[in-house]
Amino acid sequence: MYRSHVLVCGGTGCTSSGSQKIIDALEREIESNGLKKEVAVVRTGCHGLCALGPIMIVYPEACFYSMVKEEDVPEIVSEHLLKGRVVTRLLYDETVTDEGIKALNDTDFYRKQHRIALRNCGVINPENIDEYIGTSGYEALGRVLTTLEPDDVIQIILDSGLRGRGGAGFPTGMKWKFASGNRGNVQKYVCCNADEGDPGAFMDRSVLEGDPHVVLEAMAIAGYAIGANQGYIYVRAEYPIAVERLEIAIKQAREYGLLGKNIFDTGFDFDIDLRLGAGAFVCGEETALMTSIEGNRGEPRPRPPFPAVKGLFESPTILNNVETYANIPQIILNGAEWFASMGTEKSKGTKVFALGGKINNTGLVEIPMGTTLRTVIEEIGGGIPNGKKFKAAQTGGPSGGCIPAEHFDIPIDYDNLIEIGSMMGSGGLIVMDEDNCMVDIAKFFLEFTVDESCGKCTPCRIGTKRMHEILDKITKGQGTMEDLDKLEDLAYYIKDSALCGLGQTAPNPVLSTLRYFRDEYITHVKDKRCPAGVCKDLLSYKINPDKCKGCTLCARVCPNDAIAGKVKEVHMIMQDKCIKCGACMAKCRFDAIYKE
Amino acid sequence: MKSLEELKAIREKMQGQVGFRSEDSNQIRVVVGMATCGIASGARPVLTTLSDEVQKRGLSHVAVTQTGCIGLCQYEPIVEVLEPGKDKVTYIKMDADKAREVVEQHLVRGQAVAKYTLNAIDL
Repeated sequence: MYRSHVLVCGGTGCTSSGSQKIIDALEREIESNGLKKEVAVVRTGCHGLCALGPIMIVYPEACFYSMVKEEDVPEIVSEHLLKGRVVTRLLYDETVTDEGIKALNDTDFYRKQHRIALRNCGVINPENIDEYIGTSGYEALGRVLTTLEPDDVIQIILDSGLRGRGGAGFPTGMKWKFASGNRGNVQKYVCCNADEGDPGAFMDRSVLEGDPHVVLEAMAIAGYAIGANQGYIYVRAEYPIAVERLEIAIKQAREYGLLGKNIFDTGFDFDIDLRLGAGAFVCGEETALMTSIEGNRGEPRPRPPFPAVKGLFESPTILNNVETYANIPQIILNGAEWFASMGTEKSKGTKVFALGGKINNTGLVEIPMGTTLRTVIEEIGGGIPNGKKFKAAQTGGPSGGCIPAEHFDIPIDYDNLIEIGSMMGSGGLIVMDEDNCMVDIAKFFLEFTVDESCGKCTPCRIGTKRMHEILDKITKGQGTMEDLDKLEDLAYYIKDSALCGLGQTAPNPVLSTLRYFRDEYITHVKDKRCPAGVCKDLLSYKINPDKCKGCTLCARVCPNDAIAGKVKEVHMIMQDKCIKCGACMAKCRFDAIYKE
Repeated sequence: MKSLEELKAIREKMQGQVGFRSEDSNQIRVVVGMATCGIASGARPVLTTLSDEVQKRGLSHVAVTQTGCIGLCQYEPIVEVLEPGKDKVTYIKMDADKAREVVEQHLVRGQAVAKYTLNAIDL
């Protein structure tokens, strides 16, 4: 046995900042210090604090090292692992106090979190099924198969109040119930939606990378509940680490007989296969996803019939999101009441959010439903960098909307977010400060939906394109007040007439920014000015002659030779040549360059 | 795997190891002096024995860690047991067998093994 475990984050964030090199260096150093039999190196999933990656935690001391570099490894091994002296300079700042080292769970980032779906992420080695079993893994499946009737399982999920974590928030138990009829007589399927496509969202990826077995276990439970013997996980090929770990997990589960024929000797058969998506956003829509699994072009079809009646290969099918599944085994083990005791009246349990944008602690957090936006951003997220002012938070990605500062204290749950014109979405939470232009944000999301519209229905294919054109016009200072009305009308037409969720929600970013930031639109149209200084066509870079020292630095960095001036003389930007890249402003040492 | 018993067996085997990765302010800390003096007088087998025994018995409330020289080099290997709310117990001149006894008597049953402590000798 090992006396010390060194956990290194192997999530996508830390992997891209070099955690594999750190693991290699650790193994080398541990070997050369003769500690190979005493210290285990474990590659785990995401710890959540991606902003501080690569992350390393040394147990039993629970020392949280952040931003570890390859060259720090020899010191960690010889000081900490060999001599027992913690390398304080590498510890996460917030854990170092005058009284010693503070526990990680007492830091602002972790204190208010409650981890259910992420409970194993960053704790176990996702490529080792034994470690999952060591944290009560597959116990829920065993209990379900040996002691519960399928209808009991559905009742537990209904009682728990669990709602779909993919965005729409449909009660999971209801979905299962609708598909539960005629068990044993018809072919049914259980699918997992791991086609996480919202820009800035990475909750599902982190669960798959950090705890793949939980999804397999939950799908088998769902299979038993509705009477299906085959599952499919539709995961995007852009998630190579998640795909690899899922493949390993499926293989291990089959070897243990936890997938396959006659599981736990109960006569229940269930197996799971992966289907890789090519990254089309529309394939996150349930009917398009199933069409894609069937091998056809990923396009949605009208509902009804709903998948619970006629889904994959025309058979009754349930489709749940990764995070939804990640809650299921814990609900079975701890009971529906336990789960229902967390959250708000109609939104139970917790929700994972991917914090991004203008926030200090970029990363992954899991909070009880009903936590306020203020807690998430100011306490857990550590506030906004550089002392800037909070302007809005965007939730729900291209289908969602913006939450302005006036709703900072609203408890986050499904219904409250819809009421204020946004939606839960899959859990992306992008924070924006005073430097973000809301028209530009709306344009960004519309550009995304124009690109990702599958083209099957006219409102979405042509409507979003027209909306994008109008937004483009406004950001160029060519918009009129009539355009704003037209934009709003068009948005409602598309919402009412588009075929699937993609089109029906595509206008949301525009509607919510129009609702809360209409004056910003009006400034663009009437004053031809972008208050945040983002829309390039509406601003120009200028040099303040009182501050310019004539150092020539700006002229040298300008990629388009748009700055004229001699040494020690005031420089000038030639507006006809300026491409508004901002390189001069970033370089100027005297704050002499400004934009207006 | 065909039964819940098999699953349980794996879980119990792994629980000590995975449970090891937790932090709890009420933990009992067992600290082994691992400076040059400690290592030279045989602290390493003491440390590994303590760690193995604690995990084998699934004592998730106990963390076995190491520290430097505490200044009593002639009494190394030294093991200190720090339990929240109780006085520190210092064991001296430890070896693997004594370590096993400390786990059994002190960490499991809650009774310090007086004969190995610093109090048992005249300084």
